[in-house]
Parts: sequence; C-alpha cells; structure tokens
Amino acid sequence: MNWWQALRRRKKNEELLEKELRFHLDQYADDLISRGHTPADARRLARLALGGHEQVKEGCRDVRPMRWLEDLFRDFCHALRTLQQNPGFAAIALLTLALGTGATTVMFTVVDNVLLRPLPYPEVNIQEQTQTATQYGNLWAFAYPNFIDVKSESRTLDMAAWRGIGGTFAGSGDPEYIRGLQASSELFSILEVPFSQGRAFRPAVDQPGAPAAMIISDSLWRRRYASDSAAIGSVAVFEGTPYTIVGITSPGFRFDGTDVEVFTSLDQSTDTRLKNRQAHPGIRVWARLRPGAAMADAQTELEVIGRRLAAQYPNSNAERTFLVQSLVPSVGTVGSTLWPLLGAVVLVLLIACANIASLLLARAVSHERELAMRIALGAKRSRLVRQCLTESGVLAILGGALGVGLATLGIQPFVALWPDNLPRAEEIHLDWRVLLFALAASLLSGVIFGLAPVMRTGAHALEQSIRTGARSIAGGTRRLHSAFVVSEIALAVVLLFAAGALGSTLLRNSLLDPGLNIRNVLVARTALSPAIRTNPARLRASWQNVLDRARRVPGVEGAALVDTVPMRAGNNRLGYWTTPEQPPLNQMPLALATTATPDYLKVMGIPLQRGRFFDDQDRLENEPVVVIDEVLAQRAFAGTDPVGKRLWIQAEPWMTVGPPKVVGVVGHVRHWGLADDDQSDMRAQIYYPFAQIPDSMLSFFSTLMSVGVRTNIPPLDTVDSMRRDAVGTTGDEVLYEVRTMEQLAGESLARQRFLVLLFTIFAGMALLLACGGIYGVLAYLTNQRVPEIGVRMALGASAGQVIRMVLRQSMGMVLAGITLGTVAAIAAGQLLERFVAGVQATEPLTFVAILPLMVGAALFASFLPARRASRTDPLRALRQD
Amino acid sequence: MTQIKSDLPQGTLDLLILKTVAFGPVHGYAIAQRLQQVSRDVVQVPQGSLYPALHRLENRGLLAAEWRENETGREAKFYRLTRTGKKQLETETANWERLSEAVHLVLGMSEGGGQ
Repeated sequence: MNWWQALRRRKKNEELLEKELRFHLDQYADDLISRGHTPADARRLARLALGGHEQVKEGCRDVRPMRWLEDLFRDFCHALRTLQQNPGFAAIALLTLALGTGATTVMFTVVDNVLLRPLPYPEVNIQEQTQTATQYGNLWAFAYPNFIDVKSESRTLDMAAWRGIGGTFAGSGDPEYIRGLQASSELFSILEVPFSQGRAFRPAVDQPGAPAAMIISDSLWRRRYASDSAAIGSVAVFEGTPYTIVGITSPGFRFDGTDVEVFTSLDQSTDTRLKNRQAHPGIRVWARLRPGAAMADAQTELEVIGRRLAAQYPNSNAERTFLVQSLVPSVGTVGSTLWPLLGAVVLVLLIACANIASLLLARAVSHERELAMRIALGAKRSRLVRQCLTESGVLAILGGALGVGLATLGIQPFVALWPDNLPRAEEIHLDWRVLLFALAASLLSGVIFGLAPVMRTGAHALEQSIRTGARSIAGGTRRLHSAFVVSEIALAVVLLFAAGALGSTLLRNSLLDPGLNIRNVLVARTALSPAIRTNPARLRASWQNVLDRARRVPGVEGAALVDTVPMRAGNNRLGYWTTPEQPPLNQMPLALATTATPDYLKVMGIPLQRGRFFDDQDRLENEPVVVIDEVLAQRAFAGTDPVGKRLWIQAEPWMTVGPPKVVGVVGHVRHWGLADDDQSDMRAQIYYPFAQIPDSMLSFFSTLMSVGVRTNIPPLDTVDSMRRDAVGTTGDEVLYEVRTMEQLAGESLARQRFLVLLFTIFAGMALLLACGGIYGVLAYLTNQRVPEIGVRMALGASAGQVIRMVLRQSMGMVLAGITLGTVAAIAAGQLLERFVAGVQATEPLTFVAILPLMVGAALFASFLPARRASRTDPLRALRQD
Repeated sequence: MTQIKSDLPQGTLDLLILKTVAFGPVHGYAIAQRLQQVSRDVVQVPQGSLYPALHRLENRGLLAAEWRENETGREAKFYRLTRTGKKQLETETANWERLSEAVHLVLGMSEGGGQ
C-alpha cells in the first residue's frame, strides 16, 4: 500500500472499522437478549464489555502501516486551519520568518557563490619555486621559456599561460585605454571560454610572424563596433600595433572575476624580454590535469622537469623548481565583509525565531485546557508533541518558502548595492544548495520555536490545569516567556554592539588624516603614444609636455607625475637597509616606493617635515636622491636626522650606481586607505625622482604613470579640458581611470560604509523584533494577571503602582538580556575584530550609547501593556471567569 | 473465574487467534466467544486488544478478511488464514509446544534435582 492509497483509503477504512465494531456490539446484544436481558440493558452491557469504543478504534488505527502519514496529514490540515483561524498571528509570524530566512538566504547565496564554491573549471595553478625565500617569498611568476619547456615535456598537464595587459585601443572611434590578457592559445580550451562569433587562437595559424590575431569581448564589440559582425576580420590598433580580430567572446564572460576586453596572443608577442629566462616580465601558468592524473603525479613530474632545466640552465634555473597548487578564485578581501553580514542575518533569524516562539507559547498556554483534556481522554503525549511540531513545521516551511521568494528578489539589489566590484558576481545564482540551506534553516527555526510549547505539555500536572481554568496565575510559563525575551534582547544587544562598533570605527576612520590634502586634486592614468615607447629621449620630452599642457588647463594650479597614487590599487615594494652590508633577503624590510616629479608634494598637499623634496636638479646625471616618510625615518633612523644619510635599496638603478642620499622627510600618507593603512604591515614609504629613472627602465615606467593636478575650481570641472588638452595631438594618447582624491578616499571607506549601513539595518530590525517580543509577552503576562491586578486595585493599589509593577517585571528581563548580551557582544566583538580592519569592538562609548537605547525601547514596548493593566476595572476583573 | 487479559504471554494472543481462525472463516465476535468457551472462561480477550490484534495480523498478511452476511443476515467481517498465516501458525505452535514442554519439565523436577 503506498502513501497515496493510504490517504485515500482512510475514509473507507474508518467506515469499515465502525461497521465491524457495530456488528460486534449488535451480535453481543442479541446474545444477551436471548439470555433474557431487556434490549436496553443488553445494549448497555455490550457497550461496557467492549470498553472505550474510541480507544478500541484508536488501537486498530495504530496498527495501520501508514499511520504516521495519516497523522501527519491530519496535523497538517489542523495546522493550516489553526493559522486560518488566527490570521493576525499567522501574518506576523510568517512575515517575521520570511524576512529572517530571506535575508539569511541572500547572504548565504552570496557567501556560497563567492567564497565557498570552487571555480567552475577544475584548474591548477603552477608557480616557480625557489629553494630560499627572499623578502618577496619563494614563489615566482613563470619565465616564458620555462613555460614552453615544461608544457612540451609534461604528460600529466595541459598548460596555458597568460599575463594582464592594458593599452590604447584605436580601432574605430576615439582612442581608449582598455585592459586585457595576453594569452597562449591553450587558455581558451582549458577554460572553455565561450565565443559568440569567430574563433579562439589556433597554435597552427596564429604563430610568430603570422598576422597578429586579437579576440575582443562582447562589451567592446557593442561599444566600439555597434554590434556589427563585420568586426570579425577587421584590423584594430592596440598599443600601436595592428591586429586582426578573429573572435568575440560571449556576453558576460569574465576572467577570474574581472572584465577582459581584449585578448592578444602570447605566442605572437614581440616583447623580447619574454624570451629571457633570467629577467622577464613574468607570466601566470594555469593547467588542467589530464584524465587519470592526480595533482601529486603532476608535482612529481614537474620536479623532474625542474631538475633537468636547472642542470641545463644553471644561471637562471639553479635551485628552482615548480609548484602545483589547486587554483583558488581570487576574491580579495570580500570575506571580511561577507562573513560578518552572514553572522548578522543569522542573529536576526534567531531573534525572529525567539519572537515566534514566544507568540506560539502564549497561544499554547491558552490552549492548555484543550491539551490537558485530550490527554485525559487518552491522547498520547508523544502524539501531542508531534502535532505541535507539525504546526510549527508548517509555519516554518511556509515562512521559508516566502523567504526564498524574497531572496530571489533580493539578491540582485544586494549585488548592485555592493560598493565596489564584487568578484564572481556573475556566478551568483540560487540553486539546490541554497534551497537546501533555506529548507534546513527554516526547519531548524521551526524546531527552535516549536519546542517551547511542546516543553509546556510535559511540564504541567494536567488535572491541575483542568481544575484551575482560566484563572491561572501563569507562574510556570513566566520563566519560559522571560527566557525568550531575555534571549531576544541579548541577541539584539549583540547586533547593536556590532553596529555601534562598526559605526564608531567608520567615524574614527573618516576623521583620520589621509596624510595629504584630498580637496581639489584630480588624478588620471596617462597612456602616451605607443609609437614613442622605445625612445627614452622622446618619452622624457612627452612626459614634460603632458605636465606643461596640464599646467595650462584653466583651473589647474600645479601638476605632477606619479606612478602609485595613494588609496588607489597598485604599489611597488622594495627592500631597503641602512648600513653597507646587505641583510639576508628573507629578513629585509620592505617599503612602498613611489616615483614622482618635483611638484608632487605641492599637488598632493603632503607636508614636508625635514630637508627638501626633489627639484629640477635631481636629474639622471646628478647624485641619486630619495625622500622618505616619517614612518621609514622612525624605523630606519630612529632618533637621528636621516637627511644626508644613505639608504640602500634593493632595485635597479641603485644596485649599480650606489645607494641614494636621503634629502628630505615627508609626512606619512595613508596609502592603503583610511580604513586599512594603520593595520598594514607595510607602511614605510620611499619617494625617488622620476627624472632619475634610467633609460633602460623608462619604457616600462611610462606605462605606469599618472598625472595629478591641484585645481582651484571643483576638480571634476577640469576633466573635459584635461582629457582634451593634457594629451598630445597625435590622437593616440589618453587619460583613463580619472578620479578625484576625495573619491579615492571615499572609496577606501566604501566597504566599511556598506557594512555599517547593513548592520544598522539589521540592528534596527533586531531592536524592532525584540520590542515586539517584549510587548507581546508583557501583554500576555499582564492579561493573565488581570484577576490578580483586580484584587490589588480593589485593595487600594493606585494606577501608578500597577504600572510600576509591570515595568519592574519587564526591566528585570531587559537588564538580564542586556547583561547576557554584553557578554556575548564582547565575544562577538573579538570575531569582528578579526574580520574588519581597525574595529575596536569593546568601546565604552558604544556601550554608553546602546544602553539607554535598549532600555528606552524596552520601556516604550512595556508601557502599553502596563498602562492597559493600570486601567483594569477591579469589579470586572474579579467577576471574570 | 480467573481473567487473563494482558497477562497473556507476549505473542500468545496472536497464536490463539490464528488457531481459532484456522478452523474456517470467522468474524471477530465469534473468535472472542470461541476463545472464551474453549478455554472454559479462562481466556477472556478484552475486545480492546482483540480488534487491534486482528488488524495487525491482517496487515502482516497472516490473515485475510472479507465482508459477507452471517447466519442472522448481518454483514460481518470474516477472517481466514492465509498461506503464510498457516505456516506461521505451525511454527508458532511448534515453538509453544517445545516451550511448554520445557516449562513442564522444569516444574516437574523433583526436589533435590535427581533423575
């Protein structure tokens, strides 16, 4: 018999059972009549002999194989009916639950897709590994010749290589700076890059010397070619070199969490440095394990190849091998925002559960007589427990379904609200894992809030509850009710604390001095004409032209060139020391190195503390000089005047021309942003003159430079004229990534601001729910005490005394909740400190702000029931029941 | 009159019912009557236990049931033994006999535990 038949046959079975027992009674009665009893007497005796008619039936029902299912079905219908009877309760409970599970589901979806889920492609990452570590560690990017050798020899891996590139795209329309990849042809097959038109690179066709091939993204195709399919086969100019477009990737394709607009072929690259095993630009190597090969096999094989290469090329490859690791998505630091948010929504869900639990409890208590009656009539306690749990389960599932509905609506807005580029955002979607999570979360909450009334059914002497009737003092439930209110308040306090700590951190951070004057400064990366890249003299002249032209733009007071702009992505780390002998590489301290032109201090408004900044005399042919910040001065020259001292720096050109002289000390700039700089382990800063960069490195540095201008009008007003006038007339020079320093400073706090916003919302929800809980429980408890209050008032208690009595009761719960919550908040604060930079979770100020808020809200919530109690009419109260 | 209700050893009621039904299709009331008569009123099965036991045996496939009229013209549910029921009755009976023989032996033991 399957379950469906069992349910369908239920009615029929019931009829037959009744008929069978009826036959028994009739037959017995007939026998008794034939033995001389009167018909009425016989009937009575027969019924007595059978015992409890309903109990016999129940006994027969119990042995049915699908009994539990029938019960479940019946309980389910009962639960639905109960919810219908009390639409107010149902609406509040469902809404609370839906918000709780919805928010939790959204956060879980994002955390799952961004942080937990492996990449959609099963790749490994391979790096070069040296035996001894330097200050940069012991893992290195690949040399292209090593990649070629390893690729051709490996039998366990299909390997591909790539490196990030950027440059001026001058295909059709205005020149534009775009970012892309230089990739080996295997990358497309290994990553299964989807194409909407054309083809991937082919090793046989796109060889060195053949016409250079290019693949563009769907967005570039739409933007610059107006979705014209004639783009395939046309010639585009990228970085001054003509390429033939052979393919267009599908819409939405992102590479490792970033948009890639153009691909060029690594195999066709004309960059001669790539061919150098020893000093090379470095490429990334990803690979896919061939069928049957394990990662350990690949590692062993690569070590063998590494040893052979080390013997063959001792200059570059001695003590160098290769390390295979599984590829992890690069998601940066989003975990520090996502995990606390998931924690917060789980707390909100718990509060929602406690809230519903106390509502259900209040209802269960008012059904107490009914339950006691049923036990007296022979219902098993386990059966009642099951019924209660089915009821809360139905509530939980309905609430959960609503929550999933809310979540499907809420995910996109959440991703859109994310302050910067959320990595893997395109992968975020609801799937069975999320549904399973939502189901588990709602069922778990169902059990949490369903258990409360169940515990009641066991806890009470039943005949007492039948006898006392409605006039019970509700002593036993008061403790359980208080427990819910206390835990709700405690949870809300934890969230309030967290929000307060984050808020005060944000406030403190936003008041921090970035170390420069961020008002009226515009910075923009600058790409010079690709045609002059290889000519140092023309490069220097072009940069000077950019500065001269920028200074002539109306509203500009000063202009400077710089490679790494404060609070913007990108940095250069160099090792340094202060005495002639070089420390071991792995103990060498690192500093952030910045190259700039003389007006940089003036443009950025960085204070000069000692000596001087650069001037026009700091040229290539003169003595090399550097300027350091106060942090490095303190670290390296503690107590002494650094000006005039030498600083050894482990980088060209100083390794050959000798250590530069320190000519000045400037204030520290919070390069890592207002939120993160104080926690960073690399704060020391070195500035060196752009004019002293040797010719050999000028081409490389020219790809990194930005122009910064100080304006006397709103800096964004100069953008158009800067774009038009600051670049040369060749038509292939562009400004890109144009930002004001105020924007960069704001963006450095955007993540924290987002976190504070959401935590404030969650804490507000928590406060609201907790107040609702206090109100509900107090209203219920005081309602139970109406007869008692009536007696008190009849004996002369004033309205004020009654209000105070009720408030005292609520304050007890509130204070217990706050105490408990504070302890929990301190523990939660430790967690928060680990996730979010610069948070001090246990600030007395936060406590001082939260305490009155919580107490005030609780008082407000308790006041309504208290006032109602004080208006009790003693006469009516005493007559009640 | 000694009444044995739930004091029947575990499983004994099932055995008695199977035996009673073995003589041919019979309804619940008749089973109760027959048990009482045959056991000379020693076994009085409370109806609260009889019907659940009948339904359990039916669900386990040891009994089959059909509705038909009895001698007085009332429709009644008649139970009969299925093939598995018959097999079960045989093994249960054998088990019971072995057990009661053993119990009998032990109880018949002369004092001092001799031959």
